[in-house]
Amino acid sequence: MTQDHRALALLLFSAFVAVTLAITTWAGRNRRGSAEEFYAGGRLFSPMENGFAIAGDYMSAASFLGISGLIALYGYDGMLYSVGFLVAWLVVLFLVAELVRNCGRFTLADVVAARMRERPVRIAVGTSSVTVSVLYLVAQMVGAGTLVALLLGGDGGAAQAWTVIGVGALMVIYVSFGGMRATTWIQIVKSVLLLGGTIALKVLVLLRFHGDIDRLLLSAAGHSGHGQAFLAPGLRYGGDWTSRFDFISLGLALVLGTAGLPHILSRFYTVPTARAARRSVVWAIGLIGGFYLMTIVLGFGAAAIVGTAEVRASNAAGNTAVPLLALDLGGGADSTGGAVLFAVVAAVAFATILAVVAGITLASSASVAHDLYASLRRRRGKARSEVTVARLAAVGIGVVAIGLGLLARDLNVAFLVGLAFAVAASANLPVLLYSLFWRDFTTRGAVWSVYGGLVPAMVLVALSPVVSGGPQSLFPGVDFQYFPLDNPGIVSIPLGFVAGWLGTVTSPEAPDEAKHAETEVRSLTGAGAV
Amino acid sequence: MEVPDAAPPAAADVYLEVQRSAAFQEVRSRYRRFVLPAAAGFLSWYFAYVVTATTAPDLMARPVAGAVNVAMLAGLGQFLTTFLLTWAYTRHARLRRDRAALELRWDTQELTRGTKGGVA
Repeated sequence: MTQDHRALALLLFSAFVAVTLAITTWAGRNRRGSAEEFYAGGRLFSPMENGFAIAGDYMSAASFLGISGLIALYGYDGMLYSVGFLVAWLVVLFLVAELVRNCGRFTLADVVAARMRERPVRIAVGTSSVTVSVLYLVAQMVGAGTLVALLLGGDGGAAQAWTVIGVGALMVIYVSFGGMRATTWIQIVKSVLLLGGTIALKVLVLLRFHGDIDRLLLSAAGHSGHGQAFLAPGLRYGGDWTSRFDFISLGLALVLGTAGLPHILSRFYTVPTARAARRSVVWAIGLIGGFYLMTIVLGFGAAAIVGTAEVRASNAAGNTAVPLLALDLGGGADSTGGAVLFAVVAAVAFATILAVVAGITLASSASVAHDLYASLRRRRGKARSEVTVARLAAVGIGVVAIGLGLLARDLNVAFLVGLAFAVAASANLPVLLYSLFWRDFTTRGAVWSVYGGLVPAMVLVALSPVVSGGPQSLFPGVDFQYFPLDNPGIVSIPLGFVAGWLGTVTSPEAPDEAKHAETEVRSLTGAGAV
Repeated sequence: MEVPDAAPPAAADVYLEVQRSAAFQEVRSRYRRFVLPAAAGFLSWYFAYVVTATTAPDLMARPVAGAVNVAMLAGLGQFLTTFLLTWAYTRHARLRRDRAALELRWDTQELTRGTKGGVA
């Protein structure tokens, strides 16, 4: 990478930061204080705007760079990710979006706490929401650091550390000054940039092959070094049974995790009605589906044009496949076109990371202030305004994420994202579905279901090969690996459901019929919705 | 923060009454009759796809036409069914559920207005 590439990429990136800061200033003016404003952006976004913002929250750099990279390296097996990420939206659309919009106010815990004893439920759901958000946040920060080191050719350490700190500082500024309104507009701008960049690259790839997908695939298979096997599953997950089960576990986490991600759930509160929430999910499914279809073309395009061996030589995890593809499509490393396209891709990837971390920080600061602080503070203590607490929480979460991001620098980004999904599916989804659909669900069931999913998920990860016992582990020197899979989903998700059921049937208290009636009527009709 | 367990507020009776009403039962059963089979369907189709891809790669590698094999068709089929189900769900909700739900919403809010614990 030459100096020109770097200068241009930095220029574009600074322009994006300037635009987002302008949005934050604009959104923050004269709108001090109200919780509706801070957490839900005034609830008056249109379904289309919210659909773009949801897509912006969801399409992380891990998908843009990571999935196309996996396809460039392993062919078909990379595609399996995008299918899971998309099908997950049907769970959200069918079972969650409208009902959550109707019964909640700001957070996931609102929905559950409405029919249970409030304090224990809020503490449990608040804790698991913050855990999921922090895991997801760390994944994005690590991604940002890696990206800078890769794209701007920094010599690793220092550039990476400063990027993590810079990203952390920016996300705290966006969230604590701009709240949901600024965060939503940043997501929308980022979505448009990301989709625009992806469409441009896709068109260039297809032009190179004269619109002939068949030739693209055959050429990708030819340049991959694997031949026809490149176009069928098995290159990455086809080895022993452990890796097959690992993939099934990941597949389960991907499809069930989305509906438990706090920053996705909080997006439904930014529109006025359940019907608008439904229409925003439809927009999101269209945008996300189109985006993943295009990343498949980019991945195979990178294999065909750049070559799998070249991609692997640049970055073993494949994260640089799309930037390398852009360089080639623009006319090669020494051409202006190549430099411009490369810089655009780098800037789009930065924009993506910044927007995603802002969304997650907002959701977790809402969980801290609205669920944890409101339940844990001393009754007679002076009550601070909840929004003030949320702003402070954003700063605290920023500091924690920067710290963990620096510590976890060498962990695989895709693994961290998969882990966040697994925890969301184990701890958040069972309690949410039980609350919405099960008449006999009780407070004990709710609390058990959250901890019964959260604790096994975290413990199994601690005992997995990711943490110890292998050459690529976090602590390669020691061996306390007792669980063979990287992803805990296949065990911890069923445990979350079983624990919720067990807690409910062993519960001494009878389920509250009136509260259940209220939840059911409100969730399906929207009566009393804010 | 906690709601006192003393005499149940009148709003609770309203919600119980609405829940038992025929109109609400109809909305609920229309929703569930669509959502539950459809969710079971797409989840089974997705898991069948994931399990087949990981356990029977030979079947998935069988060529169909040109470079396209069974695996490609199955993957694109997942995209297609997702888009189709999205369309079917919104159509069902718009035509069979929205109007009745909205009427119930106004009726319920009318009934809870002024009751203790009700939403104004």
